[in-house]
Amino acid sequence: MDMIKDSAFELALIEIIGKGLPLVNRPYQAIAEQLGCDEIEVIDGIKRIIMRGDLKRFGVVVRHRELGYRANGMVVWDIPDARVTEAGHCIGQYSFVTLCYQRPRRLPDWHYNLFSMIHGQDRDAVIEQVGFIVEKCGLHDIDHEILFSKRCFKQRGASYQCKPEQNSQRIATHG
Amino acid sequence: MRQFSKLEQRLLNEFQQGMPLTPNPYADIAKQLGIYETTVLETLRRLQTEGVVSRVGAVFRPNRIGVSTLAAISVPQSKLEESAAIINAFDEVNHNYEREHQYNLWFVVVAADEDRLQEVLSEIEASCGYAVLDLPLLNEFFIDLGFDLKWT
Repeated sequence: MDMIKDSAFELALIEIIGKGLPLVNRPYQAIAEQLGCDEIEVIDGIKRIIMRGDLKRFGVVVRHRELGYRANGMVVWDIPDARVTEAGHCIGQYSFVTLCYQRPRRLPDWHYNLFSMIHGQDRDAVIEQVGFIVEKCGLHDIDHEILFSKRCFKQRGASYQCKPEQNSQRIATHG
Repeated sequence: MRQFSKLEQRLLNEFQQGMPLTPNPYADIAKQLGIYETTVLETLRRLQTEGVVSRVGAVFRPNRIGVSTLAAISVPQSKLEESAAIINAFDEVNHNYEREHQYNLWFVVVAADEDRLQEVLSEIEASCGYAVLDLPLLNEFFIDLGFDLKWT
C-alpha cells in the first residue's frame, strides 16, 4: 500500500477499534471483511498503531459507575512549577488515580496546574484517598480542591465511560 | 449493583489491556481462564448489555489522534442544561460533565487541528454566552494500566 492509502486504512482501523471489536470468534476477520482486506492486515495495522504509542490500552473497557464506583473526583492542585513533575509522578503512581495531567494556569480565573482523577465507591472513599496522597507525596502545603462529578451529559470513546443521563440525552438531540 | 461471579470479576479486571492480536483472541482469553471461548463471548455480551462493559476496544492517548483540550465554563444552575445541550451538539465534544464547583460544566474537545479546536471553543463561548477556560494537556504523569477493581 502507498502512504496515503496506508494512512486512510489506519484511520478507518482507529475508528473501528475505538468503537470496539465485535464479540465474535474471529473479530479481526470480521473487521477485515468490513474494510475489504485480509485479517492479517488488520492485525498488523493494529500492531503498528500500538507500536506508535497511540493507545493507552486495548482490551475490556469498563464503566465505573455501573461497577459501584459512584464517586468520581477530579482533584486539582496548585503546585509550584519547580515541584510539579515530582508531584505528578508521585500522584500518578497509585492505582486508584486514573489520570494525572499538568495543564496551564489561567490567572486570575484558574490557578490549579495539576489534575488527577480518582474513582471511589463513595465520596468519603475519594476524600480518604486524597488525604492518603497528601500524606504520601508531602503535599500538606498545597492548595487543592475535589470537583466531584454530578451529571454526565455526554461521554463517548473515552477510557472511563458513564451512561449519559436519559434526560440530558433527550435535550442533546433537540439541541 | 449485583454480585459478579469470579469469572466475571476476572474478565473485568485482568483483561483491560493486552487484547491478544491473534485470529482468535477470545479463545486465547478463554485458555487463560480455563473455560470455553463461547463462555467468554457470552459473558462479555451479557456484561455489555448490562452496561458494565462499554466495549472491548482501544483507549487512545490524548493528542495522538488530532488535538484536544479540557475546557470548562461557569454557568448559573438554571442555564446548565441549556448550555450542556449547546456543547453536546458539537461532534468534537466527547465528554461533558457537571461538577461541583463554580466552574460547573467540564468538557473535552477533540478536533482535527488547533484551528478547528479554537473555532469550536469560540463558538461554544458565543452560543452559551460564558467565557471558556481552555486547559490543554502539558504533561502526562501516568501510564494507564487500567483500573484495579476491588471486589468486596
